Amino acid sequence: MKPPPFEYFTPASVEDALALLGEHREQAKVLAGGQSLVPLLNFRLARPRYLVDLNGIPHLDYIREEDGWLAIGAMTRQRAVERSALVRDRCPLLAEAMPQIGHVQIRNRGTIGGSLAHADPAAELPAIVAALGGRLVVRGPDGERVMAPERFFVGYLTTALEPFELLVGVRLPVRRSRTGHAFVEVSRRHGDFALVGVAAALTLDAAGACADAALALTGVGPTPVVAAAATRVLVGQRPSAEAFQEVGRRVSETLEPDSDLHASSEYRKHLAGVLTRRALTRAAERARGGEG
Amino acid sequence: MKERTIRLTVNGRPYERTVEVRKTLADFLREDLDLTGTHLGCEHGVCGACTVVVNGEAVRSCLLFAVQLEGANILTVEGLADGDNLHPIQEAFWEHHGLQCGFCTPGFLLTLYCFLKETPRPSEAEIREAISGNLCRCTGYHNIVIAARAAAEKLASAGPTP
Repeated sequence: MKPPPFEYFTPASVEDALALLGEHREQAKVLAGGQSLVPLLNFRLARPRYLVDLNGIPHLDYIREEDGWLAIGAMTRQRAVERSALVRDRCPLLAEAMPQIGHVQIRNRGTIGGSLAHADPAAELPAIVAALGGRLVVRGPDGERVMAPERFFVGYLTTALEPFELLVGVRLPVRRSRTGHAFVEVSRRHGDFALVGVAAALTLDAAGACADAALALTGVGPTPVVAAAATRVLVGQRPSAEAFQEVGRRVSETLEPDSDLHASSEYRKHLAGVLTRRALTRAAERARGGEG
Repeated sequence: MKERTIRLTVNGRPYERTVEVRKTLADFLREDLDLTGTHLGCEHGVCGACTVVVNGEAVRSCLLFAVQLEGANILTVEGLADGDNLHPIQEAFWEHHGLQCGFCTPGFLLTLYCFLKETPRPSEAEIREAISGNLCRCTGYHNIVIAARAAAEKLASAGPTP
């Protein structure tokens, strides 16, 4: 038997799940889609005494528009997000990133909330939420708190979630007019974790100059890296190859990614610059074309 | 609770078994139901050898616990053929030598089973993306892609299949 022994609970409501987490605290792990947790169990890198399976809880699986936000339930399967016409229309950045997450067999089970709460430093979804300035909806014994990504993602595989809290959903701002997006990544093999990934959003004003720009990178630090200073120089400028090249250079020089088996720190820095330029170029084309 | 009793359907046949909660679906199929056609390679979700179909969707059976499958409808490689008649995807793999050692083959077959239902006329690029979550270490992808395309043609000319 690969996983270590554990006791298994299938709460029927968020309240029941919170009660179990409140009782067992650090000894419990939450099971969502299991595509990150079960490998850790199979390797016995994680040895929780209690597993709290959220799959029996209704109403955590939804995609809907609410007051200018796209709201997605934590237990929504990644494949459902990938296939959603509402996501394609309201949040094209997310739609573009979805097929690059794992493989179809993974996305059939993997959930939006599971990936965000796992907070792998090379995962796509945290960078998407960071680039768009989304919100993470967290439930605890005292009610709900809504967190910004820069507060939620704390470090390598670490979020601000307390052991007695649950991530119940995420909200992403719906796309504005004259805004283009792009998500580009390089990985060793399609579906593998990104060596570097870049999420970009670019808004043009009526005259075609850049009104707003946002960039977040994955794979280059313990949490998604939001390149606010580098994108600020774009505001007021007309999009140009030179301007994007310059942003890429600035992004690259501010990063200090780790080296690992798959890529050296130097190579990741280089990739980050190139992919930043490509993502901004594509986002600008889409902003002009009105295709998001 | 370290054990639970589950009822589920595998390849059209109903089963009821009591299983340890930490048993993966893959081990359950192989050890409790003697369905050893589902192969285990990496056991952490990378290689795709253990791919089975759960309620119509291809999933990694090494990353699910059997207890999560209460009421589920599962298809494994043993359920593809109709008696002695191979499924058109199996036939195509045979005819186009889409396998060498055969270890990865059940996973490829079931991945393609779901993919071809959704994408009956795939391009080569679509086929390659569809099988990107399945590893073949005999480096047999070339013939697997050819077999997948032939399978699509067989399925299209045969009309709707189970």
